[in-house]
Amino acid sequence: MMRYLIMGTALMLAACSQGSSEPDVQTDTAYQDQLQLALLDAQPGDVITIPAGVHSLDRGLSLTADGVTIRGSGMDQSILSFKGQIAGAEGLLITGDNVVLENFAVEDAKGDAIKISDTDGVTIRGVRVEWTGEPTTENGAYGLYPVQTTNVLIEDVVAIGASDAGIYVGQSKGVIVRNSRAERNVAGIEIENTQDADVYGNVATDNTGGILVFNMPGLTQPGARVRVFDNDVYENDRGNFGHPGTPVASIPAGSGVVVTSHDDIEIFENRIRDNRTANIIISSVYSSNFADTSWSDTFDPYPDRIHVHSNILSGGGNRPDGMELKAAKLVKFGPTGRFPHVLWDGFQRDGVDPQICIEQPDAEVFNADLPGESKNMRVETEPHRCTLPRLPEVSLTTL
Amino acid sequence: MRRLALIAAGWLAACSAAADGPVFHAETNPPSLSDWNVLSIKKGHLVPAGKSLVYEVNAPLFTDYAHKMRTVYTPQAASVRGDGSLDYPVGSILSKTFYYPDGESGVLRTTDAGGDAIDLSNHRLVETRLLVRREAGWEPVSYVWNDDETEAVLKRTGAVVPLTLEGEEFAYVVPNENQCAGCHVSDMTTRKFHPLGATAPQFKDRSAMVVAGIMRPDTFTAQIDYTDASYSLNDRARSYLAANCAHCHNPVGPADTSGLDLSLNADDLRAVGRCKPPIAAGSGTGGRIFSIQPGDPEGSIMPYRMASTKPGAMMPELGRTLAHEEGVELIRSWIAEMDGDCGA
Repeated sequence: MMRYLIMGTALMLAACSQGSSEPDVQTDTAYQDQLQLALLDAQPGDVITIPAGVHSLDRGLSLTADGVTIRGSGMDQSILSFKGQIAGAEGLLITGDNVVLENFAVEDAKGDAIKISDTDGVTIRGVRVEWTGEPTTENGAYGLYPVQTTNVLIEDVVAIGASDAGIYVGQSKGVIVRNSRAERNVAGIEIENTQDADVYGNVATDNTGGILVFNMPGLTQPGARVRVFDNDVYENDRGNFGHPGTPVASIPAGSGVVVTSHDDIEIFENRIRDNRTANIIISSVYSSNFADTSWSDTFDPYPDRIHVHSNILSGGGNRPDGMELKAAKLVKFGPTGRFPHVLWDGFQRDGVDPQICIEQPDAEVFNADLPGESKNMRVETEPHRCTLPRLPEVSLTTL
Repeated sequence: MRRLALIAAGWLAACSAAADGPVFHAETNPPSLSDWNVLSIKKGHLVPAGKSLVYEVNAPLFTDYAHKMRTVYTPQAASVRGDGSLDYPVGSILSKTFYYPDGESGVLRTTDAGGDAIDLSNHRLVETRLLVRREAGWEPVSYVWNDDETEAVLKRTGAVVPLTLEGEEFAYVVPNENQCAGCHVSDMTTRKFHPLGATAPQFKDRSAMVVAGIMRPDTFTAQIDYTDASYSLNDRARSYLAANCAHCHNPVGPADTSGLDLSLNADDLRAVGRCKPPIAAGSGTGGRIFSIQPGDPEGSIMPYRMASTKPGAMMPELGRTLAHEEGVELIRSWIAEMDGDCGA
């Protein structure tokens, strides 16, 4: 019996290494089957443990059951490695409600690392998602990727090396991202088409852009009410290694906090420094890659009611990315000068005040006048000296 | 040899136990395909057993050039719902066997001519998937064939089967049980499994289904055969996309996160991809900025992802390792004949 089992395992390994794109990776087929079987059999209330060690897998894992916890013994101890992955668009796909993921790592997934799709209630705690080695365009797109989810708590996680966003929350409602670290991604943390999100206590550094709040056309819901506060966002100066054509590929290197086409955002009490294009960028999709025929008539392309206050801002704006921005900086501020802390592309509805309120005296606004083909670029802070009501704290209902 | 004889005996036992029809397992999935008696091996051929009936579909899903023999069994005739799906009663069993013609080295890439028997002397059986209509709804079960083609065994966690197709080695991937939902759950609100091929618009010979007592008569518009060049390029392309993509890319499907709707009902061309920017495509953009750039297949994301075999970029995400060259060509031709531009 024992001998038969060993023979079987050897055969499986031979079979898998043959099909694998990286023949040097030996898939732990026995563990892969055991873990996937546990995921198939999981019932509400079950805890599936991932033992310490590096487990090499060649196919994506998936969980559809509700109320399951997947727990490792630490983000540096229990590691699921997908270096030899041959199938599956993500490392781990979750479609069950009220799932808890904690204390393990997903490395080198060929697509996204962990995707949570169409669920209510997910907690991701102490998880690391990483593409090892020097970040490259060939890395997977998203590290943590909850999409169309409600009641999302992400805390104490680490996301490294994503070719799109390290932590990406899309089309969701009721979200907290806190006390986490995002580095060496194109976008560190990205909140997209999401309603009611609090992003706080995080560190975003060495990304192309630190924290992004985006609204994209043609999706199930527009974003609204996002608070970004008490984060450290510094030196996000990494050259953009995103896939050309993706929305984040248009983010200039050296972007601290970026708002695109999103309404009702409060950015406060952050420490934002030394992001070489600008510490804060506010823009419309008009200044992204996408043409105006590409979105539906109901889409609102303008950022409205953006409230920036009480941040500690320093440095940055001295070495912007991209020819136009470089030229603009040189012309307006000279070779040793720098952009003000807030860069705005200048797109707004005719005759309507967008209420982009920069309520802190040390932050001036540079209007890049993209609607006027930058003929009238100017520092123009006075229209932005306004205030807005504070946004409410997010409370999650099922956690 | 002794093992072979034993397995053959197993088949016979199952057949004699229920010679007149499939064995419906209402609760659990038995370890062997033969336990269901939906297929049997007779005179060196895999054939439908008992009252199972072979059917073909108008617009099949591509699976690495595998041929497919599909069977349907239902205790009584199903009625047709408003959307063309069938109201199968509890006890219905669908099967789909994936197989290839054998060649001198590996398996062959040939047109699937259908038929209701697979000659085991010159074909390689890979897997048989069942959809079983139980009290709670449809449930999936997968069986992988042994090398001797005498039995297929339950494989819940999926499998990798190394194959050589026309000299090219590739890893045929049998999906795990959860991944069945990746296609067969196309409404993320209800999360109910349902058949994709055994529907009124997909049955190639609907009158045979009516005569055999599988379904009640009905006049739902048939989905067109996308290989039939007598139809317009647009109709063929839309049928192909509906069959291969719309189980996820529909307004309530798992890929509604992308805003791309490839169902036959979609009439907004932007939703079908025309001048539509990607949302979360990652490496799937291939550097292109619109799903469909009219007149420019090379500059369009859709055929790029269909032609890709990289797990992080390819579409569909599951169910194929190889690209479907004919399918990619159809979509390219369709895009090439589109007028206009995206104003970029």
